[in-house]
Amino acid sequence: MSHSTVPRSEAEATTPVPRPATSDGAGTARPRESPRRRRLSLRLRYRRDRVLLLMTLPAVALVLVFNYLPILGNVVAFQDYDPYISDNGVVSMLNSPFVGLENFQRIIEDPAFWNALKNTLVIFFLQLVLYFPIPILLALLINSVIRPRVRAVAQAILYLPHFFSWVLVVAVFQQLFGGAGIFSQLLRQNGHDGLAVMTNPDTFVFLITAQSVWKDAGWGIIVFLAALASVSPDLYEAAAMDGADRRRRMWHVTLPALRPVIALLLVLRVGDALTVGFEQILLQRDAVGPGAAEVLDTFVWWNGVRNQDFGYAAAAGLIKGVVSLGLVLAANKVAHLMGEQGVYKK
Amino acid sequence: MTTVIDEPARRPARRPGHRPGRRSAPPRPVWEEEPGRAGLAGKGIVLLLACLAIVFPLWIVIVTSLSSRRTIDEAGGLVMVPRDITFIAYQELLSGGQVTRAALVSVGVTLVGTLFSMTVSVLCAYGLSRTDSLGHRWILMTLLATMFFSAGLIPTYLLVQTLGLTDSYLALILPSAVSVFNILVLRGFFMNISQELVDSARIDGAGDLRILWQIVMPLSRAVIAVITLFYAVGYWSAWFNASLYLNDQTMLPLQNVMIQLVQKQEAPVGLGQAIKTGELSGLAVQMAVMVIALLPVAVLSPFVQKHFRKGMLTGAVKG
Repeated sequence: MSHSTVPRSEAEATTPVPRPATSDGAGTARPRESPRRRRLSLRLRYRRDRVLLLMTLPAVALVLVFNYLPILGNVVAFQDYDPYISDNGVVSMLNSPFVGLENFQRIIEDPAFWNALKNTLVIFFLQLVLYFPIPILLALLINSVIRPRVRAVAQAILYLPHFFSWVLVVAVFQQLFGGAGIFSQLLRQNGHDGLAVMTNPDTFVFLITAQSVWKDAGWGIIVFLAALASVSPDLYEAAAMDGADRRRRMWHVTLPALRPVIALLLVLRVGDALTVGFEQILLQRDAVGPGAAEVLDTFVWWNGVRNQDFGYAAAAGLIKGVVSLGLVLAANKVAHLMGEQGVYKK
Repeated sequence: MTTVIDEPARRPARRPGHRPGRRSAPPRPVWEEEPGRAGLAGKGIVLLLACLAIVFPLWIVIVTSLSSRRTIDEAGGLVMVPRDITFIAYQELLSGGQVTRAALVSVGVTLVGTLFSMTVSVLCAYGLSRTDSLGHRWILMTLLATMFFSAGLIPTYLLVQTLGLTDSYLALILPSAVSVFNILVLRGFFMNISQELVDSARIDGAGDLRILWQIVMPLSRAVIAVITLFYAVGYWSAWFNASLYLNDQTMLPLQNVMIQLVQKQEAPVGLGQAIKTGELSGLAVQMAVMVIALLPVAVLSPFVQKHFRKGMLTGAVKG
């Protein structure tokens, strides 16, 4: 992919040149080998790259502390963790008794957990059906607009809600559709009943799907627009020469161009199936009740943070984490099999 | 993945009958049919509706926050046309008190956090942008692996507590300071910068920091703007960490105060009086808080918008 930040002539003049710091003879000694293969001694490489290493250090340290270190904390899933032993989490952890798989046993017998799992999956599938296609359709629509100014304005508006916080999005919905919200008042003034959209457990999944669409569907079109922009106009022209009308060009040129992106996003979404809108749902959990609004993430939050039943919550979190990891790895595998990159390179 | 399309190839000829007088759309390729009137109208309506669905609620929120109590009562809550605009809600909210403090906290955390995150991320991305450097693969793997698993809410919570970050603003910044995705986006961009440029600077005696600051970063303004916005929006929108780690009510950032005000319908501390005496509508206060929360984002993001696609793609593809 050529890059526009560098003038093209300059980019084309490029020939691989070894970095000056490496010009210690190793390059001239074995000219046949590709530069990648050439191995300097560890000490020389260290001396050459130590500044680069140092630069990555802060980020790596943060990731080690806040992403890797907590993994050890999952020990509490096998403990009857008592937070009151000490102010210090680790001291409490070291002094809490191990109970084996007791927490997991309790989870399996807990109908609330199965309810949370069911809700998670229902929400996931509903969003797959009702949310997923919308960005694709919007992208096709935007792509067919040829006036640059209209495009730019429409894109600016559609992207905007992605940058709003969930608190704000939920608040906007509340002010519009809540029991004391604007439409409710309007209905009541005209002699109808008010709306109960925000508190109705039966329609909760549709409510949060609508919120997701409002917030993120516009943002989701970016990837598809990029895929569409990469289609060579020659293809359209050739198709037109062969007598393909608008609809057939859409079917035989545009959609095949989108197919890899759609497949990839779908696969990755499935890998993430157990994670459905934690913040969004947590914000509305109280209004709707856990029966409809409890998902795995909020189940962990409720039992751990609220009820201080840390071992139990950690066990639930661990189950979710392990299953999710399996799903993500499997999804990437599938992405690779399809010849896509997935999250990481093969 | 994307090849840049040369404009002339895309728009070959002036379409016959193209009227240059109208501030015009680019000419349509000759082989493409003129769209039918119905088709055009249909497209326009759908696009308009989609945009309205986003703009209309925001319009209501903004207009209501600017309305007097009388206007709101007369309109039955649904103010659509602004009449006798008043800034009383904002005056009350921003003249000291809970919301003012929360807004300042949010601004502070956002500024400090974004600066910190960007520094760490840009350094790391540059450090990883040479694929032949020592330990490059290992470090990259360490970072990438975090995209597959999360340690879990409870262990993270216990860790932050153990580190003594509870009731400290550091708890709002450190745990979420690094986004591996953002680092990958930056790195992808840095890797595309011509190696000759870097090498010639090196020959002239520039060290890595100097190269990063004077060559790589100026060439990467677009992606840096995008990532800065991502981080800033992340800090500005965050509320969950604050709800976990801050027990002191006076430390809460704006989003958390907004939850109390709008969701739980509590009157902001110190404003109850003004609402009771009837000068101020509680609704206007809630809407005003929402406007304060959305304003910085709504103002900033359009400026960065033109870079979104490029920024997102380099990262997504190079990962």
